[in-house]
Amino acid sequence: MSEPTIRQERDSDGILMLTIDVPDVSMNVITMQMHDDLAAIAERIRRDDSVKGAVFASGKPSGFVAGADLKGMHFQEGETSGKSRAKQIFDQVIGLNRTFRALETCGKPVAAAVNGLALGGGFEIVLACHYRVVSDNPKLVLGLPEVLVGLLPGGGGTQRLPRVMGVQNALLYLLQGKNLTAQEALGFGVVQEVAPDAEIVDRARAWVKANIGKTVQQPWDQKGFRFPGGVGATNPAFAQTFLGVNAMAHKQSQGNLHQVQAILSAVYEGAQLPMDKAIELESKYFAKVAADPQASAMIRSLFVSKQAAEKGARRPQGQPAAPTRKLGMLGGGLMGSGIAMVSAQAGIEVVLLDRDLAAAEKGKLYTADRLAKRRTDPAKAKAILDRIHPTADYGDLAGCDLIIEAVFENREVKADVTGKAQEVVGADTIFGSNTSTLPITSLAEVWDKPVNFIGIHFFSPVEKMPLVEIIVGKKTGPAAIAKALDFVAQIRKTPIVVNDSRGFYTSRSFGTYVQEGLSLLAEGAGAPLIENVARQMGMPVGPLAVNDEVGLDLSYKVAEQTRKDLGDTSPKQPNELIIEKMMELGRHGRKNGKGFYVYPEDRSPKYLWPELGQYFPTATNPPSPAEVKERLLFRQLVETARCFAEGVVETPQDGDLGAIFGWGFAPYTGGPFSAMDTMGLDTVVQTLDRLAKRYGERFAPPQLLRDMAARGETFYGNAARKAA
Amino acid sequence: MAEAFIYDAVRTPRGKGRKDGSLHEIPPIELATQVLKAVRDRNRIDTADVDDVIMGCVSPVGEQGADIARVAALNADYALTTAGVQVNRFCASGLEAVNMAAAKVVAGEAEFAIGGGVESMSRVPMGSDGGAWALDPAVAFKTYFVPQGVGADLIATKYGFSRDDVDAYSVESQRRAARAWQEKRFARSIIPVTDVIGEVVLDHDEHMRPGTDMQALAALQPAFAAIGEQMPGFDAIALLRYPEIERIHHVHHAGNSSGIVDGAAAVLVGNREIGQKYGLKPRARIKGMASIGSEPAIMLTGPGQVTRKLLKRLGMGVNDIDIYELNEAFAAVVLRMMQELDIDHDRMNVNGGAIAMGHPLGATGAMILGTVLDELERTGKGTALVTLCVGAGMGTATVIERI
Repeated sequence: MSEPTIRQERDSDGILMLTIDVPDVSMNVITMQMHDDLAAIAERIRRDDSVKGAVFASGKPSGFVAGADLKGMHFQEGETSGKSRAKQIFDQVIGLNRTFRALETCGKPVAAAVNGLALGGGFEIVLACHYRVVSDNPKLVLGLPEVLVGLLPGGGGTQRLPRVMGVQNALLYLLQGKNLTAQEALGFGVVQEVAPDAEIVDRARAWVKANIGKTVQQPWDQKGFRFPGGVGATNPAFAQTFLGVNAMAHKQSQGNLHQVQAILSAVYEGAQLPMDKAIELESKYFAKVAADPQASAMIRSLFVSKQAAEKGARRPQGQPAAPTRKLGMLGGGLMGSGIAMVSAQAGIEVVLLDRDLAAAEKGKLYTADRLAKRRTDPAKAKAILDRIHPTADYGDLAGCDLIIEAVFENREVKADVTGKAQEVVGADTIFGSNTSTLPITSLAEVWDKPVNFIGIHFFSPVEKMPLVEIIVGKKTGPAAIAKALDFVAQIRKTPIVVNDSRGFYTSRSFGTYVQEGLSLLAEGAGAPLIENVARQMGMPVGPLAVNDEVGLDLSYKVAEQTRKDLGDTSPKQPNELIIEKMMELGRHGRKNGKGFYVYPEDRSPKYLWPELGQYFPTATNPPSPAEVKERLLFRQLVETARCFAEGVVETPQDGDLGAIFGWGFAPYTGGPFSAMDTMGLDTVVQTLDRLAKRYGERFAPPQLLRDMAARGETFYGNAARKAA
Repeated sequence: MAEAFIYDAVRTPRGKGRKDGSLHEIPPIELATQVLKAVRDRNRIDTADVDDVIMGCVSPVGEQGADIARVAALNADYALTTAGVQVNRFCASGLEAVNMAAAKVVAGEAEFAIGGGVESMSRVPMGSDGGAWALDPAVAFKTYFVPQGVGADLIATKYGFSRDDVDAYSVESQRRAARAWQEKRFARSIIPVTDVIGEVVLDHDEHMRPGTDMQALAALQPAFAAIGEQMPGFDAIALLRYPEIERIHHVHHAGNSSGIVDGAAAVLVGNREIGQKYGLKPRARIKGMASIGSEPAIMLTGPGQVTRKLLKRLGMGVNDIDIYELNEAFAAVVLRMMQELDIDHDRMNVNGGAIAMGHPLGATGAMILGTVLDELERTGKGTALVTLCVGAGMGTATVIERI
């Protein structure tokens, strides 16, 4: 028998003081052990006549309960039970729910004293108590964030919250995963008291004491309960709420997030049922969603893999901690300024170097502007700005323990600044290049010790984009990788580690999405269809709009440079011809207000250039939306698979994180590697073969994918075997 | 098999469907009762020969609930043996009721059957009956539910009708309706509605705005732009189904959409023998009828489809129909059907329609069937096709032939 997660102590009034204190963790989470402990406690309160009531509190200063342990949420397929996966999950969650029901129907007063955050299942324990007192601690939040990781609240949250605050209010929190502050919770009647931290337990106990001997029931278990705001399909308020909320949720999710519809259904149907039936229904919807591969994929990528990457999953073994104390930032342009900003915010001293002092000062202004816009506390802002030292003198780089260059994407310019920096700091210092296109191995040749040269690829705008792509050149050593990863951890971003290749992983794979969009345009799909389908499949921006953002002139230059570098003299592809035509028409993208879209000067929303159809007419038989979606998706999938086959990407986790956080690849899929695993590699290969036959070799699957499909393997299955 | 003949058609005038509308004081049961009495009394029939009363009603709850057709028959002192059933095919309910009455006659189930409909939109507002379609989240997602006004704007966008096109159509609808009333073209069908002391409360369609011109309409704001583009944002859902469209142009407003009104109608259908028994001359023969399902998000493209289906079954061409009557739910619905089937405006809705006179949901189908029958008789023409666009993506149509 393992250590209990909840301590029990009966006081002189017969009140059972229940202190939640899960062993060996700093924050309480709901474990299987806690399921058992709660069940035993509910039973004791009901049966033990010496127990007159109970108070739940936390034994940890970090908060109440942070919810279920997502890492433990691996619902395994039953091998011998013959039960479906959904049924197994149902059996598991209905158990906890029966405990919650037993608690709230025991007839004796049960209160919660909440000292800090109570999220997910933690909040659901609180809602199952008759009386709820929370601390005025400003860090206290109550919330049901399950929707954000592909799940729905499965501990009664979709039923109790609407019964407390009304369907419309509750849906706002359930669908957005938004937290309630103590005062908001008080206003909605979600809690009965807000009190100073030191008093919450006493107040909860006082309420229980005052109610000893009375039959205490939740409002929804009382006769004549009136659902706040009304309920039922012919209730005008209820009907109006769902008419609107269904549409909003459909629009926001584009119908891609299964848990969103399940939450809506659980509330819509459950609100019309008595509580026991309603809870059972919620458990069914929870099981349905949790058994859906979409939820597992989302939890894995958005939560488990992300945290693991941030905690150093890819950090080489045996490397000592290598935090950056003083950063030498070469280049005060958009990227350099952004890197300087996030570094200074992380407490790192930054020497921001540019051609002349004015340019460097301008780079520092970037941080000042953004801090001002965010209304950062002036003292705090000053401290951050004081860490940024603009200069044009390479001598000022002395003492820097990491150099990052973000100068113009030109070999000669990069070689020049790299060499000058080396003269001051020496080749033992780790040097990172923020190039997005030039191979790291060749750039490293300038550094006397290429073992200390690495790619650190940021995304724009740096202060907002969460990903950093670490690129390992042929000669890059483990110390450089450790240094780069420690730096990324300092600035609190999510790293992936990939090997060198033109465009590395993210730019290369993302580029295919844009190119396929252009090919579709050339074939007469029509711009609206391409752009709408792209967004509807979960991409943040359509391929034509992205091209406008990047700049059509830049796309043109990169394409020309690549041809030159590779000595490619093959006839230009339709997508290249489109860019050429747009250049000819003087349409350079957003920067000159005209690209595929028109950008009105009054800043009203952009719209597709009405004359686009004259130059790229829509075919009489344009491809169907399903075909457009398939091509935009599989063109990306095959490129990521190639990156894996070529060893550019070493783990599916890196591949999925890079795709979701680097270029916004449909997050609900868990990323391209999760998407391929979910579909089955067999299906992926068949689809790619069909597409390759019809549209060309760019869809041809790599041999590795064929082999894996033939062996019935998956990316994550292989990764798990390799790790074991 | 027997043939189904139309012996008579009556309707109430349409009252504004608001608290200040003339028919607001009249309960829907009374509207239905008065048309049932009229169709009995005008034809001097013994209602023991009426086997069934079928009435369309789109919000069959509250005052319109509990099978209003049977209760109206009882209230109108029909024989106790006359059954009654309420049907709901949304906007085509009234025509569907007539089609079902005809089917019962054809099948030999009924000798006389009455098809009609009733809707007091001022007393039982649209949507009062809830329903899974828009409200149940799983169903709303699955069917890409968007309100029909957004569907109508989508039709205008997809098939290229500008704000001027829909407004011009509506100006003409008002002009035709005004002319029809001036020339008393509806006189044979209209049953003035009376109140508790027997006084007439309404004897004309009061929703009309004769003299409406382009300037007047241009001043009206699009009715569905806010719910489409902002909250809750139905346009995005329509685009999930129609991604080839960049954005929806919202062109419909109160002046080019059907009016919200109160009213009722009844059509007496029977076989040849029962007419002979009472010495009644059939006014028309019901030549054929059909319903069809169409894509529900755009919702309102059923009329063209059901017309093709019905004409094909009858071995007729588009030009074999002398007059078309398509309910003017929204101007773009009519423009689309004329475009799709190449029907000249001269043969379509010749006496105006719901944009001018209003659309009492459950009754309209039976009303416009009567309207077109009057017009055939007035002009001496032979055949007419009546059709309506229908919620959730459907179309219903009937072809009648004057005898």
